[in-house]
Amino acid sequence: MLSGILLFNQKGENLIFRAFRPDCRPRLADIFRIQVISNAQVRSPILTLGSTTFSHVKHENIYIVAITKSNANAGIIFEFLFRFIALGKQYFGKFDEDAVKNNFVLIYELLDEILDFGYPQNTDVDVLKMYITPDNISSAIRSVSAPSSDTSKITMQATGAQSWRRGDIKYRKNEAFVDVIEDVNLLMSATGTVLRADVTGQIMMRAYLTGTPECKFGLNDQLVVGQVQQGIEGPMGNYDGGRKATRAAAGSVTLEDCQFHQCVQLGKFESDRTISFVPPDGEFELMRYRAVENVNLPFKVHAIVREVGTTKVEYSIAVKANYGSKLFATNVVVRIPTPLNTASITERTTQGKAKYEPENNCIVWKIARFVGGSEFVLSAEAQLTSMTNQKAWSRPPLNMTFSLLMFTSSGLLVRYLKIFEKTNYSSVKWVRYMTKAGSYEIRF
Amino acid sequence: MSSGHGDAKLFARVSSMCYVIILFLDSGTSTVFHLPGLNHLPLALTRELFGTTPYLKKWLLKRGGTILDQNHAHNRYPLVTADDCSKCFGLHAYIDEQGKVAELRQELTNPGKKDKNHAAKKNALKKIVANMTMSNNDMVALFPDIIACMQIPVLEIKKMCFLYLQHYARLKPDIALRALPVLQEDMQDSNPLIRALALRTLSYIHVREFVEGTIEPLKRLMVDQDPYVRKTAAFTVAKVYDHDKRLIEVSDLIDRLNRMLKDDNPTVVASALASLQDIWERNENIKLTIDYASASKIVSILPDCNEWSQTYVLEALTSYVPQDSGEALLLAERIASRLAHSNSAVVLTCIRVMMYLMNYISDQRKVEELSRKLSPPLITLLSKPPEIQYLALRNAILILQQRPEALQNDIRVFFCKYNDPIYVKVTKLELIFMLANKSNIAVVLNELREYATEIDVQFVRKAVRAIGKLAIKIESAARQCIDTLLELVNAKIPYIVQEATVVIKNIFRKYPNQYESIISTVIGQIDELDEPEAKAAIIWIIGEYADRIDNADALLQDYLSTFHEEPIEVQLALLTATVKLFLHRPTKGSSIVPGVLKWCTEETDDPDLRDRGFMYWRLLSTDPVTAKKVVMGPKPPITAESEKLDPVTLEELCLGIGTLATIYLKPVQQVFRAARPRRLQDSPALQRKKEDLNRALGSPGMNLAYPSLMNAVTTPGGTPVAGHQSAIEAADEYFKNLSLSDNSGGDILTSPTAGGVAGNAYVVSQSAPQQIYHPQAGVAGNGDLLL
Repeated sequence: MLSGILLFNQKGENLIFRAFRPDCRPRLADIFRIQVISNAQVRSPILTLGSTTFSHVKHENIYIVAITKSNANAGIIFEFLFRFIALGKQYFGKFDEDAVKNNFVLIYELLDEILDFGYPQNTDVDVLKMYITPDNISSAIRSVSAPSSDTSKITMQATGAQSWRRGDIKYRKNEAFVDVIEDVNLLMSATGTVLRADVTGQIMMRAYLTGTPECKFGLNDQLVVGQVQQGIEGPMGNYDGGRKATRAAAGSVTLEDCQFHQCVQLGKFESDRTISFVPPDGEFELMRYRAVENVNLPFKVHAIVREVGTTKVEYSIAVKANYGSKLFATNVVVRIPTPLNTASITERTTQGKAKYEPENNCIVWKIARFVGGSEFVLSAEAQLTSMTNQKAWSRPPLNMTFSLLMFTSSGLLVRYLKIFEKTNYSSVKWVRYMTKAGSYEIRF
Repeated sequence: MSSGHGDAKLFARVSSMCYVIILFLDSGTSTVFHLPGLNHLPLALTRELFGTTPYLKKWLLKRGGTILDQNHAHNRYPLVTADDCSKCFGLHAYIDEQGKVAELRQELTNPGKKDKNHAAKKNALKKIVANMTMSNNDMVALFPDIIACMQIPVLEIKKMCFLYLQHYARLKPDIALRALPVLQEDMQDSNPLIRALALRTLSYIHVREFVEGTIEPLKRLMVDQDPYVRKTAAFTVAKVYDHDKRLIEVSDLIDRLNRMLKDDNPTVVASALASLQDIWERNENIKLTIDYASASKIVSILPDCNEWSQTYVLEALTSYVPQDSGEALLLAERIASRLAHSNSAVVLTCIRVMMYLMNYISDQRKVEELSRKLSPPLITLLSKPPEIQYLALRNAILILQQRPEALQNDIRVFFCKYNDPIYVKVTKLELIFMLANKSNIAVVLNELREYATEIDVQFVRKAVRAIGKLAIKIESAARQCIDTLLELVNAKIPYIVQEATVVIKNIFRKYPNQYESIISTVIGQIDELDEPEAKAAIIWIIGEYADRIDNADALLQDYLSTFHEEPIEVQLALLTATVKLFLHRPTKGSSIVPGVLKWCTEETDDPDLRDRGFMYWRLLSTDPVTAKKVVMGPKPPITAESEKLDPVTLEELCLGIGTLATIYLKPVQQVFRAARPRRLQDSPALQRKKEDLNRALGSPGMNLAYPSLMNAVTTPGGTPVAGHQSAIEAADEYFKNLSLSDNSGGDILTSPTAGGVAGNAYVVSQSAPQQIYHPQAGVAGNGDLLL
């Protein structure tokens, strides 16, 4: 597995060098600096030189590099690097060069704990914070003479079945917040056909619950996962389309696939589709899913872009909101690419404000509040300067960002969240839905 | 930051106690000031008030600053802006090495009476740890003082001392030895965290006495009452094995490690498995086999393991060789629920094990059922960060070749997003090419045409090449592909035209006498071509169709006028094309041929060119009719299937799904020399017949089916010239290969850094020659399907 973890800043200074095996030599830092940081043409996150492989991830203004000397499990490498970044964020708020420089000791201490001989160990922040704490927080564990009951609790936690949760959590008010956040991705061709429309969803949970609560989580009445089940309804033939519609209306959702936080009992989900778990304390991602069927696109975009000769481009962009009039989207931004040699833009909009951003080569049209059912139009004209070396304009796709509350593109609903705990306390549960634009692209 | 007076000022915050200011002078030298007791030096103030060097100098001296180093040539540090420098406190070590170390020693050894709870010591240690990487080993001077601190019974201080010890023990083994008793004592501590910490630290240190001193306490700690200590001990065995194989082999530690598999704590079991596998990987003589009962047992602990432990357990399952189809099926079904885990390492490793077990399952319906389960989780990984997407996509290529039924997805999930990083885009492009078929070709071509207008030149080229290769792969779609290509050619973007020319040549070869109507369009772009591969392709077209191109002789003449300046592949193409012209139209060719043959035989140093020249000369002068038969004869067919991996490599890579080798899609030992080979183990339940494999390996069509392999063996002068027909084939093949290797290799050779590396500049392991693997700029296009 990993031979070492290295951290660099953007200038290529080696901030952290932690070797886990004797084959991780200090000069490898120089090689990475030369080969990757000062090389403008890096085309892969993985570089193998001789017997050494450098796998790197960039986060904020630092490079996080894993060094391996064998044909290691790349899944572990990258998943670990991202986990390390997440830990950094949970510990320091922001994981960047300044955070590293202000916390050298803590980072070394963490690395020593979460990797042993280069093998990732327990990386759950909750348990780690029991015995690796920023120095301004005084902890009993920090002194060697801590009572043995305390330390064995830690070691049980770090090696136990529920490594993500401490047993002694107490809240006066027991609350759980569920956020269903969907990224809807769209790729539409110039002719208006949908090339790809899918949803990647996330169910985030913030649990502030006492003790060791067992949670049961229910989605739509009918939850179909994967394509396997569809084989059964195959013979229905033409009926299929109609059935789908009624199914959707009856509160069913078809998920292509889903993945769960490690606290969820996967065996149970596999057998009877119930999601049961003992949540970690605080915020975590309970579930991640993907849907490709019955995707409700919140916005329809109709774009007409005409190049008139070589000196002018005419735009007419119509955006229609495709959701109920009680809902409204916020922060709607449409980015409309313009040719590189654009000299000036004149634009008109029926709603919102449009501005030409020459540094990004696009017109940015912002609509703060977009009420369901309404349709707005932008028309614009770009004047081009003539260029000696006339190259065809690559016409990158138009893209949209927005966020829309109380709407899910996949149709997913949270039916219930039941919490069982031996003291039988009552708890308050909140659910919120939000649909955002993932990569919402329209070619023209 | 230039002040307008030509001086660049730099200053760095050293610690909370003092500033160091460096003035860079025009003369290329610098002056270094040390300014104690000044906590905040406002950036703006300095820039505004002290615009000139003398003024600043005066101010600094007045404030009690001392000049540490004058007229120091500053080529050791790049000239950076003041803003950069204010953040950079690595500089100080070089400036104030001695003073700094003395200061820290003072803080450590004599913290004063008021040092309650060792606060001053902690502070000093923190500074030392912070400086371990940033300073060039200056901190090593403090080793004895650190050893003295190790005795302090404060975990925080211990941890920092141990970190220091791990970092510097190899530099000063003699001083490090003094720490050994402390560690040994700590391994008996009542606190399990300390016991584990001491053991972990001790076993990291690559010094003989430490390694030997690990063995005895290790035996004790492997059966410690605390699982955290046992887990640490399990990994320690592999660690010691890495330091010194012999020590482990003469002891009974591996047996003891085996016994840990019966532990009732899942994390301990998983750690023992990981440790055993680590040892297995590094010794060919160790066998790791797991029987069904054990395999079944470790699967049952999966739900109680943390995510990493799950990965180790799953990895271990590939050491289980099913003896019975039913057992394999049962196990595969039992681990299938892991596919829904949010950790991609668990998912990919689970896919690996399921693919492995499928080899031992006889019921094909069940195999297909299992295969279908693999695709959705793999696609879900595409919503993870790009690095993980990339890994998932590379593995999708692999899975697609081994189990085509597993990826019956809509091809559109692989369409590129505009902001995908280039490595993701290129891999998606390969998958689109592989999944393209008659029914989706229209959508695919539309998509590829979009890609051909993107910015990244290499990506555009691959997209164009993919269109051409689709024409060869799907015969019924050839016309559509050609139309798309011509449309792109009309945009007159040079690199698109060049790429298109090359693929159109291949289309002509694949479908003779079908699409020659487009020759004129292609020839019309001749002026756009300046790359050797494209030139060679157009020259091949001119020669092949010399009878249909009226001005073929004039076109060739154009190129021949610069014959001597052309690269070898173009020269070879010119030679063959000239001979073809002569055979097609003797009147026009007769004036050109003798000159070209003379150049090729007498005025060249290249053995290939000379050999081919002689061969044509002999052929033409003895029997022109046979010559025509030989030169214009039917050509061996080309296919688009050449990118398939050979069965042996495929088998091995499938046993390593999710590993680094899958990024390169090359034989594992080619990239990771030290990797231990993995093969499917024979058993009564093994489904794939070995004969199939052998047949595929020994097939005579190998060279044609795997043109890229030829690259490795064909060296200049090594072209076989046994029979005439084969000579021409070989020549054609060779010249195809040459251009191939040049194109793909070019990226590596022209990039300034990589070129240096291949030589001698940055040698990682001196025992072996350097090889660079960069997935996209693949060396010979073996793993790079679209080259």
